[in-house]
Amino acid sequence: MQKQQETLTKKSKRCRVYGPVANVYAASNTGSWRIERPKVNFAACIKCGTCEKFCPTNVITIKKDKAECVEIDFDYCKGCGICANECPKKCISMVPERSED
Amino acid sequence: MAYKMLDGNGAAVEAIKMAKVQVVSAYPITPQSTIAEKLSELVASGELKAEYVRVESEHTALSVATAAQLAGVRAATATASQGLALMHEVVGMTSGCRVPIVMPVVNRGLAAPWTLWADHGDSMAERDMGWMQFFCQNVQEVYDLTVMAYRVAEDENVLTPAMVCLDGFFLSHSMQKIDIPEQKLVDEFIGPYVAKNSYLDTEDPMFICNLTGSDEFTEMRYQQKTAFDNSIEVIEKVQKEFEEKFGRKLDIVEGYKTEDADVVLVALGSMCGTAKYVVNKLREQGKKVGLAKVTVFRPFPFKQLEDILSEKKVIGVFDRSAGLGGQGGPLWSETCAALKKCDSDIRHFVGGLGGRDVTIVTIEKIFNELLEIKEGKRETHTEWIDVKENAMDIRQVEKNA
Amino acid sequence: MHDIKHVSKGLMPHGMSACAGCGLELLIRKVMDVLGEDTIIIIPPGCAASFSGYGKETSIKIPGYQGNLENTAASAVGVRAALNAKGNTHTTVVGFAGDGGTVDIGIQALSGAMERRDKILYICYDNEAYMNTGIQASSSTPYMASTTTTPAGKPTGRKDLMQIAIAHDIPYAATASIYNLTDLKKKVQKAKDTDGPSLLHVHTPCPTGWRYAPAKTVEIARAAVQTGCWVLYEYENGEVTINYKPKELAPLEDYIKLQGRLRG
Repeated sequence: MQKQQETLTKKSKRCRVYGPVANVYAASNTGSWRIERPKVNFAACIKCGTCEKFCPTNVITIKKDKAECVEIDFDYCKGCGICANECPKKCISMVPERSED
Repeated sequence: MAYKMLDGNGAAVEAIKMAKVQVVSAYPITPQSTIAEKLSELVASGELKAEYVRVESEHTALSVATAAQLAGVRAATATASQGLALMHEVVGMTSGCRVPIVMPVVNRGLAAPWTLWADHGDSMAERDMGWMQFFCQNVQEVYDLTVMAYRVAEDENVLTPAMVCLDGFFLSHSMQKIDIPEQKLVDEFIGPYVAKNSYLDTEDPMFICNLTGSDEFTEMRYQQKTAFDNSIEVIEKVQKEFEEKFGRKLDIVEGYKTEDADVVLVALGSMCGTAKYVVNKLREQGKKVGLAKVTVFRPFPFKQLEDILSEKKVIGVFDRSAGLGGQGGPLWSETCAALKKCDSDIRHFVGGLGGRDVTIVTIEKIFNELLEIKEGKRETHTEWIDVKENAMDIRQVEKNA
Repeated sequence: MHDIKHVSKGLMPHGMSACAGCGLELLIRKVMDVLGEDTIIIIPPGCAASFSGYGKETSIKIPGYQGNLENTAASAVGVRAALNAKGNTHTTVVGFAGDGGTVDIGIQALSGAMERRDKILYICYDNEAYMNTGIQASSSTPYMASTTTTPAGKPTGRKDLMQIAIAHDIPYAATASIYNLTDLKKKVQKAKDTDGPSLLHVHTPCPTGWRYAPAKTVEIARAAVQTGCWVLYEYENGEVTINYKPKELAPLEDYIKLQGRLRG
C-alpha cells in the first residue's frame, strides 16, 4: 500500500499514450447486482474470520472490538452467500435485498 | 568504415547486433535459419549481450519479442513464409500496442504448394496489419534499411513496428561486399532504446491491451493511421541523416532513368537489380525505359509514385505475389489507386513466384511489350509473364476409372 | 501510473466483474496478497480478462498485459527475459490463465517455457471449461460433465496438467484449491521463490458453468478434494508429496449431487 501512496506523491506529468492502455483503477457497482444480502447475528458470531477469508469480493472485515463485529461493504457485496454457507456457527442468513430488516 | 563479405541474413544480423538488442527470440525456418543461428553465436560468444530465448514456434517468437520490448528493451526476431503466417495474430498485437520492433522477413512463398524460395506472398499477406514494410534490392540495403528502421519505428511520431523484407536465397544467401560503419556512428544514429508509449514497469504501472469498446477502437486505429501519415516525413528525414552520416542514399521510391522514359516498370525487391541492368541494356539500344523501385511499400508511397509516374502513358507493375482473386496483385492495385487522377495505362505483371528467377529475358520481354503498347502495336500484354504454356497439364496421373 | 478512483484492501478492487461466488475471484485476491506489488502479470482473454478491465479502467494495480489466448507463457517469458537483461531478477512475472488457455491452446507455449527452464510463475485457474465464451468444453472438463459443446456429457476424461508439468521435470508444480487457503498461499509463496519455472494448478469452481447456487463455491471445492475428484499434491525437485489424504474418500455422489452439470 505504501508504495502506491508514494507513487501518488511522486512527480508526474499528463501525457498522451497511444493504443489500448488502462490506468484508471476503478470498481464496478457490483452492489447493485444483489438480490439477497447477508445478515449477521452479531451476538452468535465468534469472530473466527471464516467469512472474511472466503469472501470473493473481499468486502468483509472483522472488527474484533466492536459489537457489530462483522462489517460488510454493501457498495460491492454481490450477495453470493458464500459467507453464510461457510460460517461455522451459521450466524449469517441471506435475506432478500428489499427486506425491511 | 569497414568492408565485410556478408549474405543478406548476415547483414540483417550485423544491423541487429549493432542496434544492441537485449532479447532475441528466433525460430528457424528456411531461408531465415542462419539469422537465428548467427544471433545465438553472437550471444554465446558475448559479442551481443542479450538474453537468447530458444523459442518453440514463431507465434511464441514474436510474443516473446513483443512482451520483452513492452518491458523496456529492444527485442529481435526474424522469420519467413509459414513462420510469418503463424505469427499473424501476434503481428496485430505488436502493431496495435505500438511496439516498435524491427523484424527481418526473408520473403518466401506461402504453402500450398510447399516452396522454399523467393516470393512476396508472405509479406503481402501482412500488409494491412499495421507494420511498415521495406523491401531491399541488395545486401547493402538489408543492412542500411534495418539500421534506418530502428530510427523510424522508434520515432515518437511513428511508434510502428517494421518488417525489413529480403528475397529468400537471392538476398538471404547471396554474399556481397558491404560497407559496415563503426559501432560508434551507429550508436549515435540509433541511440539507446527508450520505451516511449506504454510499458510494463512496476515503478509506473499500467495495464496494456485490455478490452476496448466500439466507442474507442476506431480512434486507436486512427492513431495508427496518423502514425503512418507521419512516417513518410520521418523516413525522409532519417534517410537524409543516414546519407549525411554514412554516405549512402536511399529513396522511398527510386526513379531509375525515369525522367525521360517512355515506359516505366514498377517493382519491389531483388529483381530491381536485374531490372536496372535491363534498363541500361535497352537504353543502349535506344529504347527509353525506366524503373521505379519501391523501397517503402508500407506506408504506400502514393505521392512519390505520382510524382515519378503521372506523365507516363504506359506503366507496368510487377507483382512477385499472386494476389489471387483480385483484379491484379497488391502492388498493381495500389499503384493504380495512386495514379487514379492520371490517364496512364497501367499493366499488371505477375512472375517470380515460388523462387522462379526473374531473368533479364523476362524483364526485357516486359519492357518490349510495354513499348509496343505505347506505340500502338499491341493491345494485350502477357499478364502472367513467366507462366509455362502447359500450366494446366503439368500433372497428369493415372486414376481409377 | 494509475489514477486511483477506488480505495481497496489489497491490489484488486472490491467491485470486479466476476460472477457472484466466482472461485477465480477468490483465487486472484489471495494470489496477489502473496505476490505483492513487485509483480508483472500476463492475463489472456478469458474469465480473468474481466480483471484486465474495459476501456480506461482496470482492476489490477500492478503492471499487466493481455496477450493472445495461446501465448500467456510466451509473453511471461518475454517479460522475464527483458527484466533479466536489465539486471532485474527480483520482480515476479506471473502468467494467469484458465484451463482452456493452458491445456488446450496454451500448451505449446507452456511446454516451451518449462523445457527452457524460464523463470515464470504460471497459475492455471481450472474452472473446467471455456467459461468466458459460454461454458464450452476444454480438455480439462471432467468425464461426463455437461457443457454447451458436450451437452450429453463429455465422453472422455481430462488431460492431466500436473503430469505434463512433471514430465517436463520443472522444479515446482502443485495443485491447490480455493477451499484451503492456507495451503494455497503457502504454495503461491513456494512457487514465487522457485528458481525456475513453477506451475500452480488451482481448482476454481464456477457457479455459472457448473450450475449450482453461488453460495456453494467453497463447499464444492472442499467436496472435490474429499471425494478424490481433486487431489492436493506437490512435485518439488523430483519428489511427489500428497498434501491431504482423507482417511476415507467420501462417496462420489457427495460431489456430483451438488452440481447441475454432473447431475444430468
